[in-house]
Amino acid sequence: MIKRPSWASLLLALIPFAAMCFSVTLWDRVEPMLLGIPFNLLWLICWIVFTTLCMWMAYRLETGRHKQDDSSR
Amino acid sequence: MSGSGVALTIIFSIIAAGACIGFLAGAHRKLDLEQWTVGGRGFGVVLVYLLMAGEVYTTFSFLGASGWAYSRGGPALYIMAYLTLAYVVAFFILPPIWELGRRHGLQTESDFFARRYGSKYLAAFVCLAGVVFLIPYVQLQFTGLGIIVEVASFDGIRRGPAMVIAVTILAAFVLASGVRAVAWVSVLKDALMVLAALAIGIGVPYAHFGGVGKMFSALAHAHPAHLTMPGATPNLGHTWYISTVLLTSLGFYMWPHSFAATFTARSGDIIRRNAVVMPLYTLTLAFVFFAGFSAVVALPGLANGDMALLTMVRATFPAWFLGVIGGAGALTAMVPAAIFTLTAATLFAKNFYRPLFAPAMTDDQVARLARVMVVVLSLIGLLFAIYSSTTLVSLLLLGYAGVGQFFPGVVLGLFWRRVTLTGVFTGLVVGVGTVGGLALTKHDPLFGINGGFLALCLNFLLTVGVSLATGRCLGDSSETAEVV
Repeated sequence: MIKRPSWASLLLALIPFAAMCFSVTLWDRVEPMLLGIPFNLLWLICWIVFTTLCMWMAYRLETGRHKQDDSSR
Repeated sequence: MSGSGVALTIIFSIIAAGACIGFLAGAHRKLDLEQWTVGGRGFGVVLVYLLMAGEVYTTFSFLGASGWAYSRGGPALYIMAYLTLAYVVAFFILPPIWELGRRHGLQTESDFFARRYGSKYLAAFVCLAGVVFLIPYVQLQFTGLGIIVEVASFDGIRRGPAMVIAVTILAAFVLASGVRAVAWVSVLKDALMVLAALAIGIGVPYAHFGGVGKMFSALAHAHPAHLTMPGATPNLGHTWYISTVLLTSLGFYMWPHSFAATFTARSGDIIRRNAVVMPLYTLTLAFVFFAGFSAVVALPGLANGDMALLTMVRATFPAWFLGVIGGAGALTAMVPAAIFTLTAATLFAKNFYRPLFAPAMTDDQVARLARVMVVVLSLIGLLFAIYSSTTLVSLLLLGYAGVGQFFPGVVLGLFWRRVTLTGVFTGLVVGVGTVGGLALTKHDPLFGINGGFLALCLNFLLTVGVSLATGRCLGDSSETAEVV
């Protein structure tokens, strides 16, 4: 049987999806410009970095589970 | 030598270098069907990364993204958002798909459907839909290639002849080396593209405005609404944005070529590790957007937004640099087009023609038919590219609406034992039919929502509903569920 992902890692993956959907009004803001970059583009860049962090944590969780399974076999 | 002569010489030198790498990749290897389609399932981190990230740098993102930044504005930012979320989806669904591929010797997306649902007719339907929706994607690459050569030659070479030459070269190296060629040429392609994106994204705003910040200030002053949604469009607002990001991120790995790339990996962990770092690769696309946004102020009134990036490069840099950018762009068109035609041809030969018309065909005969189909599909894509004028991003969105309909069948097939053949077939037919209907009647987006996303919701509901209704009486969920 294919091993289902853990609820914890699924929850970590859902956070970026939810952040994208529920922050939609931020995508319309150009001001304040920081470092000359419009706010919505900066928010997009921060969101991408945040997503990477979430996935890194999910990876740690999943590889931990796989190692645990391998050692119990 | 004239400016166009210098640019074209460099472009064709880069294409020649790419073709040499492609031919060498397949040298001294016995190219059976397994080697030709999935590279013997032995690719490591770098090659799998380049195949998985294939779409970050194609003509779509290089010319199409900057074109939409120019002609549409804010809605174009959906591209960076959906690519990021696509890798989140990949993290969860690709390792189990890889595991099934290794266990059952799967080579194509249709193989998965045939094995999981036990129906050659469902597999054939998936195959046909996959090939049909891949054609706009092939067309997109050829159109982009034509634009590159046309701009780089200062309009000295028309698109048609340029596309014919490029299609001939790419068909030749696909026939000679298969997926291994595509993966190795991607190394050159992506290296050139990242350098090109950085040079363009920083160089163009500096040359015309004195910096990236000053460019955005000038744009916000001249066109205050361009950077927000719906930008320069009447109907691409927030609901369109969210529904399009969801559809395309869920559909990203439903493309037959992306699905098949999974099988080339040496292990599931390689795929998982790549999916974690890939969102960061998307960040380099921001530099491509800078060129499109710069062109809004510096080059107003372009008839075709897809030409914005290269026209800006031509107006900013010397001819030799235009040649480097053009050469990198040409490879970004040829490499994806090669993998699309290879995948579509294999699908047609292995999952449509053999099971329905010639069950006695051997793998070698399938490989021979697939090679013939590479040429046929390349010619079809070329004809559409020559005679159609749709924008690059619009072409891709049509394809996504179609292949996104495979998502319920794949995900439920992996993680829900009660999903049935009847449920998946019903959902898929209704989903693809809805996409076709909305596209042909020009009702996409509908009520501001991406038509493909509406079709996907309908598809999902039907798949689950019909599976629950038919699961017990037909029992077709229990036998084949043992596959997973």
